Amino acid sequence: MFNLHYRLERKTIGFLLAIIGVASIGGAVEIIPLFTIHQTVEDAPNMRVYTPLEIAGRNIYIREGCYACHSQMIRTLRDEVERYGPYSLAVESKYDHPMLWGSKRTGPDLARMGNKYSDEWHVRHLNNPRDVVPESVMPHYSWLGRTELRSEDLGRHMAALRRVGVPYTDDMIANARSDTYGQAAPDTPFAEGVTKRYGAATNIRAFDGKPGNLTELDALVAYLQILGKLTDAAHKPVAAAGG
Amino acid sequence: MDNDFAVWFSKSFGLFYLIALSIGVLVYAFWPSNKKRFDEAAQSILGDEDKPHRDQPWR
Amino acid sequence: MKDILRWSLNLLASRSRRVLLAMIAQLTRYERQLALFILLALSICGLAMAVAGTGDALGVHGAIVLLAAIAGTFWVISGYYEPEPSDDRLDRYFDDPSRLGIILAMVWVVAGLFVGDWIAWQLAYPDLTFDAAWSSFGRLRPVHTSGVIFGFGGNALIATSFYVLQRTTRARLPDQLSPWFVLLGYNLFCVIAATGYLMGVTQSKEYAEPEWYADIWLVIVWVTYFIIYLRTLVRRKEPHIYVSNWYYMAFILVVAILHIVNNLAIPVSLGHAKSYSAFSGVQDAMTQWWYGHNAVAFFLTAGFLGMMYYYLPVRAGRPIFSYRLSIISFWGITFMYMWAGSHHLHYTALPQWVQTLGMTFSIMLLVPSWASAGNALLTLNGAWHKVRDDAVLRFMMVAAVFYGLVTFEGSFMAIRAVNSLSHYTDWTVGHVHAGALGWVAMITFGAIYASVPWLWKRERMYSARLVEVHFWLALAGTVIYVFAMWNSGIIQGLMWRTYNESGTLAYSFVESLVAMRPYYIARAIGGLLFLIGALVACYNIWMTIRTADQPADQRLGDHPVPALAGGTAPQPAE
Repeated sequence: MFNLHYRLERKTIGFLLAIIGVASIGGAVEIIPLFTIHQTVEDAPNMRVYTPLEIAGRNIYIREGCYACHSQMIRTLRDEVERYGPYSLAVESKYDHPMLWGSKRTGPDLARMGNKYSDEWHVRHLNNPRDVVPESVMPHYSWLGRTELRSEDLGRHMAALRRVGVPYTDDMIANARSDTYGQAAPDTPFAEGVTKRYGAATNIRAFDGKPGNLTELDALVAYLQILGKLTDAAHKPVAAAGG
Repeated sequence: MDNDFAVWFSKSFGLFYLIALSIGVLVYAFWPSNKKRFDEAAQSILGDEDKPHRDQPWR
Repeated sequence: MKDILRWSLNLLASRSRRVLLAMIAQLTRYERQLALFILLALSICGLAMAVAGTGDALGVHGAIVLLAAIAGTFWVISGYYEPEPSDDRLDRYFDDPSRLGIILAMVWVVAGLFVGDWIAWQLAYPDLTFDAAWSSFGRLRPVHTSGVIFGFGGNALIATSFYVLQRTTRARLPDQLSPWFVLLGYNLFCVIAATGYLMGVTQSKEYAEPEWYADIWLVIVWVTYFIIYLRTLVRRKEPHIYVSNWYYMAFILVVAILHIVNNLAIPVSLGHAKSYSAFSGVQDAMTQWWYGHNAVAFFLTAGFLGMMYYYLPVRAGRPIFSYRLSIISFWGITFMYMWAGSHHLHYTALPQWVQTLGMTFSIMLLVPSWASAGNALLTLNGAWHKVRDDAVLRFMMVAAVFYGLVTFEGSFMAIRAVNSLSHYTDWTVGHVHAGALGWVAMITFGAIYASVPWLWKRERMYSARLVEVHFWLALAGTVIYVFAMWNSGIIQGLMWRTYNESGTLAYSFVESLVAMRPYYIARAIGGLLFLIGALVACYNIWMTIRTADQPADQRLGDHPVPALAGGTAPQPAE
């Protein structure tokens, strides 16, 4: 009796282990080498990290599901490079937790959207896409400009990002809130801190056109305007091919 | 682990793994003494017994 | 019609009270105590989430968990002093979780298809959002995908797997509590997921959108599900495990692996719903599509193949054409799918050798896939008159045909050159829906139509004609949908890469978008037909259950009635 039980059980467990073994090896073999990829990924020594306002904008981009219709990955195909710009390199999304490469282009690719249009264009477009592109089928996001940005916990967001590998300094985390405000408020003392911590090339503007109030629209436009601009590695003539 | 080695291993390993597994599965499926068991299994779901069995070895 | 509705609602109210008490009455005293303990623990978790997450979406979810747990507590207490179940129960299979699972699957499919069709219309009429944040495409899309994949597909898999597991092992589920825990816990996960999307809670990983706390909860539910499977299997009568269970087990096990790895993340704090993925950039892309493609493989393929390998032979009254072939294709699918995910990343920044491996294995996958599809169709060879007369069997036959077509299309689209055209376009959407509507939904409706009379002890469905109506609505909807998306996808892909004589791109992006409009409308119509079909199914199932409620003397045995006498419905064996 005990013997029968033992045999049945052993067979079941063996079967389960076989499924796990057969199923998991394929993925492991493809994924694990990618973690040694720092040896092959392009080097971009002057790549900067997202500012707290840009993180907030990126989180709004995720929250609203923008990735469902817009990719951020230009493939190594001639027509894509001519339409959108230099093809995307692996290094460009190394601080993207998670990546937003996307899988569908109901709307155009956004990998090189940064500084392609004016802030005002983005504000009008997000407020009602059909005001600037009559044929557009994008939903409108008119409430973003009316919603105050929740910025008090962005330091904790940055601390979490640091734990998964983004090189934020203690100084950046400590000043997250004032930097969030400062990036959208030029001509204030807070703006200088942003330049000091994130570099002179950082966009410091009242993104939604209304200085003084910090809205979700500010954050999202700030994020859209930095897409493809964290590093210029992809624009260098001898950039190593990613694909 | 060095990337070149990892990539080399990944590229070549799948082929041998695939062949070995295929042989293993084919041998199991066509092993003569397994035929009876498989035929019984295929028929077993068509039986008209409508109750769980009670003579379990253990519960 | 109005009378029927009122009558039905009254019946639903009195019946559900009775059913709810009966559910508790099946639990032993010890299980009732354990249930209360679990609900207490869940209430504490919900309360903690509500307090820690005040002002955050996490707080709302805490309140939902707390309310669900309190409602469950009242429910268990109300039936706590019901007499304990007698040992006679061990002579029957434990089918109540399967019954509720099928009902929940039908609720989710209607909700999921409705949202899907709504956002399909939004792409033709973008202002169908009522000026609200929650109703925009980006937030509703995961409600649709999770609603149909996890709500409908998941409940159908849980319900049928419990059913099939017991029949094929001839062992009753090991206890009465854990199956309820799995089913209700899983639906709590689905509710948290769907309500989260409406509030903007998402990880942005496609088909893995729920945040960290929902992911942890799902792991607990899933481990319990796995243990039920294991405990039942080790008590089986035959030494050999029937092949359906192989597929269901691969589904449970591999989905667990995928889920845990892809969802590794650091929450902002224990009071925030938001988390940040442990992976970034190219590693994250590979992990995500390793997950994403294998969610297709092990959730939407392996699980439903398990369903097919049981219901199709039983309904046709014939053993599977080749049991050996089913084994060979099982290991082929289990092995090869895991390599194929990288075909989602052709021509991207993913290293090319990974893309090539993904493409190679995707093409080879055709062999085990067609082995399964062919095995199903050859089983029906010689029983075509039954397929002609029985719409339930025809659902399963069409599912197998679509499975064959979609796996061929998938292998084709994984070829780099083809993928350069198809990727990012509606072709992918069409491919997915050919699989989801044509294969997954069709085999599930077939299995549900077969199970409902068996589970509620009826001779047949309330109306065979309505099954027929549903079949043609579903088939027409699927074909319209898929053809519309093939057209729009290929046109889109070609327009994006067309050059004029002067060597510049011929079309702007907006011109390609305008060209899509007629196809988007056609797609929405196809989806609407499919939704109407599902509503017809709900009515038919409800009426079958309702009639089952009346005379208690027509109870049939516990086991499905295999042989069809050539009529439109299975005949009783007795």
